[in-house]
This record gives sequence, C-alpha cells and structure tokens, in this order.
Amino acid sequence: MSLSLPEVKRVALLARIEITAGEAEAVQGQLNNIFKLIEQMQSVDTRGITPMAHAQDVAQRLREDRITETDQHALYQSIAPQVENGLYLVPKVIE
Amino acid sequence: MINASLKQLSAQLAQKKISSVELTQFHLDRIARLNPGLNAFVTVDAARSLAQARAADARIAAGKAQPLTGIPVAHKDIFCAKGWLTTCGSKMLANFVSPYDAHVVERLNAAGAVILGKTNMDEFAMGSSSETSFWGPVRNPWDQTRVPGGSSGGSAAAVAARMAPAAIGTDTGGSIRQPAALSGICGLKPTYGVVSRYGMIAFASSLDQGGPMAKSAEDLALMLNIMAGFDARDSTSLERPAEDYARVLEAPPRGDRAKPLRGLRIGAPKEYFGAGLGSDVGAAVEAALAQFEKLGAQRVAVNLPNAALSVPAYYVIAPAEASSNLSRFDGVRYGYRATDYADLADMYRKSRAQGFGAEVKRRILIGTYVLSHGYYDAYYLKAQKIRRLIAQDFVQAYEQCDLIMGPTSPNVAFTLGAKASDPVEMYLNDIYTVAANLAGLPAMSIPCGFGEGGMPVGLQLAGNYFTEARMLQAAHRYQLATDWHLRQPAGVE
Repeated sequence: MSLSLPEVKRVALLARIEITAGEAEAVQGQLNNIFKLIEQMQSVDTRGITPMAHAQDVAQRLREDRITETDQHALYQSIAPQVENGLYLVPKVIE
Repeated sequence: MINASLKQLSAQLAQKKISSVELTQFHLDRIARLNPGLNAFVTVDAARSLAQARAADARIAAGKAQPLTGIPVAHKDIFCAKGWLTTCGSKMLANFVSPYDAHVVERLNAAGAVILGKTNMDEFAMGSSSETSFWGPVRNPWDQTRVPGGSSGGSAAAVAARMAPAAIGTDTGGSIRQPAALSGICGLKPTYGVVSRYGMIAFASSLDQGGPMAKSAEDLALMLNIMAGFDARDSTSLERPAEDYARVLEAPPRGDRAKPLRGLRIGAPKEYFGAGLGSDVGAAVEAALAQFEKLGAQRVAVNLPNAALSVPAYYVIAPAEASSNLSRFDGVRYGYRATDYADLADMYRKSRAQGFGAEVKRRILIGTYVLSHGYYDAYYLKAQKIRRLIAQDFVQAYEQCDLIMGPTSPNVAFTLGAKASDPVEMYLNDIYTVAANLAGLPAMSIPCGFGEGGMPVGLQLAGNYFTEARMLQAAHRYQLATDWHLRQPAGVE
C-alpha cells in the first residue's frame, strides 16, 4: 500500500500539524518508504494471537479518595504562553 | 580521577580526600573545555550544581552520606528537574523550566547526588544518532566526525569523554544501549516498570524506561540502586521489594576460581549474527563470547524466529503512542506558541508545525495514520500481535539459557549526516535492541572491543524479567578479566 498526497494532507490535519504542498510531497515519499518496512508484518499469520498492549500485566491501582495535591496553579501558569486572571488564553472559540 | 569508579569516588569523599565541591568543579571545568567540540551538554548551571555539592559536603561531614552522596551525575534533558531548563532536545520546549522533579531526579537528589547538567539528545528521544536535536548534533568523543548514537547520545558522550562520572538516560527502542555501544561505555535498560516514568517526558509509554549509563557494570549497579523503586504516580511502576543490584557482583565462584561464571548458560541467537552485521562488530562480539566461555559460561543455541519483525512492529507501536503523547504540545499550557494565527485550530497547527522538527513530525504522522479509522486493525492491532510473538520467543529462549548475548548495534558509529536523509536506514540501527523494549525485558550494553576506524563495539547482554543483578554480575566478571571498559578516547586526558 502507499499513501496518496490527499491522504498525507488528511493525516496532517488530524495530527494538527500545518503542512505546505511542498512538505507534503517530500514527506509522502519518506512515509511510503517507512510503510514498505512496516508491510513486512503482513507476511506473518497472526490468527488467534492475543494482541499485547503492554509488557507487564498490571491492573490499575486504586487509592483512597482524598485530596493529595496542593494548589500550584500560579507556578504551573508561570510557564504558559499567555495567561490572564489565572486563565489560559486562547483565540476566541465562540463568536 | 577521570577513570575512578563510583565506589572509589565515594571512598575518597568519605575519607575527605576530596570534597563534592572539588569533584563537581573538576567536572564542570572538563565540560567547559571539552563540550564546545562535543555538544554533549545543552544546559550547565554551575551555581546550582555547586550549591548541591556544598549540601552534599555538609551531609558527608555530618556522617549522613549514602552511596552516591556528592557524586555529580549528568541528566538526559528528557528528565524534568525543578528549576532546570528541560527541553527534550526540542524547540517546542526550548523555554520550558520544569516546575517539578521526575521521580528519578527526586531519588538522585535525595541520595545527595549532584545534577551536573542536562545532556543533549535526539528531539523527544526519536532517533539513533543524536542529530535531530534542536540544539545541534552531539559528536562522538572517539571521532568527532561521527555520531555518538542516540537518542541518549549526550549522556553517552559525557561519560565517554569523562565529563561526568555517570549519567542517566532513557531507552524506548535502544536509546541507552545503542549510544553506550557507539560511544564505548556501559548502559542498562531495566525491566519495564522498575524505574518510574514520572517526570520523564513521554515518547512511547509502553516502551519507555529510564536507566543508568556509566563506565562499568559495577557503577551501573550502584546507580540503578538509587534509580529503581515504586512510585504511585506512574501507573505502570511495579511494587516490588527493594533490590540491591550490586549484591552478587562479587559472588564467590563455586569451585574453580578461574571459572566464576560456571553454570551460566549464554544463548547466542543466530538471528543476531546473520546478514547485516558488520564483520568488525561480529568479530569483536565473537571474541567476547569466547571470553565468557573462558570464564566458565556455556554457550547454547537459541532461536528468536520473529526477530526480523521487531523493527516493523516497533515503528507502528512507538509512533502510535508518540502521536497520542505528543498531542499535549498545543501551545496552550506550556511550550512553544506560534505568533501569527487565524483561530484556535490554526494556532495548534502552526505551533506544532514550527515547534516540532522533521523526524518528530514524521513519527506523529505515522502514528496518526496507523491509529486512524480503517487502518487500526491492519497496523496497530497487527503490530500488537507480533509484539506477543516476539515476547513468546524470549519466553522459550529463556527456558534454554540464562542470558542472551549478541551485538548491540550492527555497525560502529557512523559519520554525521550519513543516515540522516534516509529514515528507514536509521531505523534499522535498532534491529538488535527494540525487541527487549517490546517484550519489556532488561538489556544492557558493555564495550567489548574496537572495529572499523578504531571505534568502540558494544556487546548486548539481555536477561529474563528482573534478572538485572545476574546480568550485571556476568558483565562485572567480564570486566574484571578484560579492560575494554577502561579504554578512553584520545584527547580527553
């Protein structure tokens, strides 16, 4: 299989990465070479094999329902690109 | 001094032959002299390091020293350290001063170790050469026209050039072991879950594992003793009793003293010695295996029939997890934000397009694609099934042997730029290392000779789950009988 140019642009849109027409063309060839490598997987019969999501079979731990964190919003917001009145600023979403 | 082990440095500190301030300053001076050529460190903060060193000296004077108190350690720039610039090799985080400490950093600080600086790396740990860093490439101390390996190439070069007595790195597909091999030092990736991932900037969460990088197996054991341990903030951190990884290093041999590794069965999978392996690397690894046999170990034949599939499966799973993890970089709460944009979606797209480098973007695109509607089963699920087959290969192999040995990397360090334009060729560097990450098994690399151009060759030792102490013992016995790990690059005296 290989990715078409519109597919490359669609994936970039899904990934929220701006891509110019020139970049899309360059990256299309690279991605298709990588997918040629990945295609080797298709030669193996994996019927009946349980997918392995993780190296250790661990269950999610539960903890007591109590407050463990302290308020550090001023510290955390000190490294934000744009903040006002304790709020993160982004471009207007609703007109 | 520059070749002293951590044990020797600790003894000198305890006996007040040297202070932590002197030891730290000594290494800061070496960094000032050697780093302009090597670009191994991206952040050095002498005042901060020396303050920690003074605190360590006070602690030693008060008789409250622990192992590693007062020892300077270089930190890969992927570990969040409070008050330190933590960039992960990316423009995206070029101004990110971490508001908190990673668990590993907390533990090293609590032990009284000194943060010597933050080391350069491939952007977001995606690479095998340390060339994709926003801060420029790291150079190999053995030959500055070559790469040090990656992604923990800055940490590897720092130890190789004796700018740091030890360092910490992370390994998602070989990022501790491969640079250790290419730079002629030792590095260990522990069993998945042994070292907490909290505060370690995430690449592929089911594969990422932090570990030590140092000059010898003994040093690795002392470092891992501090780094390992349960942490509730990492949901995959394992609750296990504390383990002394140095406990069997000097275990007295049973019977013949010349054969301290008698009873150890070493599997050398034929898949790791086939086409693609450089003849220079192959010869050095064979000589190392012969040395292990001389020490009493027995070589047995094992197979890893699905080994060739580990790179294809890895390059589905790791980008898939990365595309999800890196979605947090959106220019809102921290990190880079573009200056001109039309609306919110445009701000996301432009911030990410300008903040990420080419390799990171490629992997996000691969990951987004393999997780997208209609392709999930064919790629992601298929890769997870192959991951199971690869893990099962190891279960079977470890019924016949105790450790698996082979090359860490198919070739010695390559020239800067040689593989930068061909991602697939770069990915194939990981051919012997990624399987341990997919299976979650511990694996390490130690120097075992030299190949083309006088460049170091790494021997990979891999073990079953939680056998780090056994691996370290075998490596230590090898290092007592050989001196490859004591060789240092010319020009770093």
